[in-house]
Amino acid sequence: MKSLQWLAALPFLGMMAGPFFLNRVEPLVLGMPLLLAWLVGCTVATSAIMALIYLTDPANREPGEEP
Amino acid sequence: MNAALPIIALAVLVALGLGLRARSGHDMDMEQWSVGKRGFGTLLVFLLMAGEIYTTFTFLGGSGWAYGKGGPTYYILCYLTLIYVISYWILPPAWRFAKERNLFSQPDYFAARYDSKSLGILVALVGIVALVPYMVLQLKGLGIIVATASYGAISPTLAIWIGAAVLTVYVMVSGVRGSAWTAVLKDFMILFVVLFLGIYLPYHYYGGIGAMFTAIDGAKPGFLALPDRGQSATWFASTTLLTALGGWMFPHIFASIYTASDERTFRRNAVFLPLYQLMLLFVFFAGFAAVLQVPGLTGPDVDLSLFKIALQTFPPWFVGVIGATGVLTALVPGSMILIAGSTLIAQNLYRPLARNATDATTGRLAKGIAPLLALACVGFTLYGGETIVQLLLIGYAVVTQLFPAFFFSLLPNNPLTRAGAMAGILAGVAAVAVTVVGGYTLAKLFPDLPGPVQDLNIGVVALALNLAVAFAVSLAGRGARRTAMP
Repeated sequence: MKSLQWLAALPFLGMMAGPFFLNRVEPLVLGMPLLLAWLVGCTVATSAIMALIYLTDPANREPGEEP
Repeated sequence: MNAALPIIALAVLVALGLGLRARSGHDMDMEQWSVGKRGFGTLLVFLLMAGEIYTTFTFLGGSGWAYGKGGPTYYILCYLTLIYVISYWILPPAWRFAKERNLFSQPDYFAARYDSKSLGILVALVGIVALVPYMVLQLKGLGIIVATASYGAISPTLAIWIGAAVLTVYVMVSGVRGSAWTAVLKDFMILFVVLFLGIYLPYHYYGGIGAMFTAIDGAKPGFLALPDRGQSATWFASTTLLTALGGWMFPHIFASIYTASDERTFRRNAVFLPLYQLMLLFVFFAGFAAVLQVPGLTGPDVDLSLFKIALQTFPPWFVGVIGATGVLTALVPGSMILIAGSTLIAQNLYRPLARNATDATTGRLAKGIAPLLALACVGFTLYGGETIVQLLLIGYAVVTQLFPAFFFSLLPNNPLTRAGAMAGILAGVAAVAVTVVGGYTLAKLFPDLPGPVQDLNIGVVALALNLAVAFAVSLAGRGARRTAMP
């Protein structure tokens, strides 16, 4: 399932386009200004996305391992 | 004498000990010295890559920017996260290529891909221009940290000499293995210190993180978001992208790719390293906590905000712990820079010009260059003055110019020719020199552009010029060859 690799575009989109729409301090989310909270959320989501890509990428299987 | 000093001294000694011990059981030939015999596992590569990126600049500069600039500082978190997203795809092919051909350095990669010694020399020169200011920044940071944390008992000059001597010794003895082992100590300490400061300071002074941000927003409305002009959302997006692309192009960071034993190491790290960047959040919190507690720092002094608030909050022994951590954040990247810089000079400037150089003589030469390079950097640090900040900006923009030639070399059919790659890099570097040295921004160059476009990072211009020249020269070269054929 190599097709999941397009998901890697999302962190770029979130971090580069987000500030245009969410450039605000209020409301605080988890105690943080809205913009910062959004970017932190993007960082956490990036790890999750990369994990998903890693797990479904055939390049990471041991040779001879079952698909 | 205060309690901070022995703690800092202990950390330096432990780092030196770890660095020296790292050699045991390994024969220090060139491959072992500069790329750890390509035998590092996931954890060591993780620490090396995290270690190079968590420098004094992140520690002092991350909190300093939060203190001095507010919202724009969030870009550091973004670009460091995106660097690792990119790494998933670009590092494995670069690693494979380097392993097949037994490459040691970043210019080796370009020289081999484009089959051109001159391109290798050009890339080496660009690399050195970028590395020296980076090293000077580490040493300057080290001087500030030790002088502040020792309550003035040790002067910055003395601290710089001691720091440079320590890292030169373990670099000469253990090479990149020494860096990796001191990185273990450093990351353990920085994790503890940063988490503690980022949580304790907001609670101690404001009663909580939300309360802290409410107080700052009340005192300085809009400070915690991006301004409408200047470091606006356009600036944020373009700077994040440029620095994320440029990050891997620093010679010492590129060389760390070669240390891995297995290409899956990179893909695995691409999952965990973004999460690790959240540590920066606590660096920001510490910097923000200082905003209302130690007001009045301006200019380069904003980098002191973390230490200023620590001095007024904690007993000397804990200031010592923070200082020790700061010293390690300078030593680890400093040692990587020294190794990469010496390898660059020996392998990519001396070797192509010397007829009968072997791996052994080049390796000996690289180790011999290390102390000279360290000495040169100390000289720049002590006598270079403020121009160094300017140089660092150039350094970052300059290495980014290597990215197009690197990126296209990964494609199955590289559209760039040797001449195209060289012309592109030269054009980009020239554009950087003119715009950064001249202090130009897009707003100054093109006053008629709409406001948000003017806020684009000026580096975009150099990169665009680089691409245009690289493609034009490549196309012209191919066309000429075709007509020359019978």
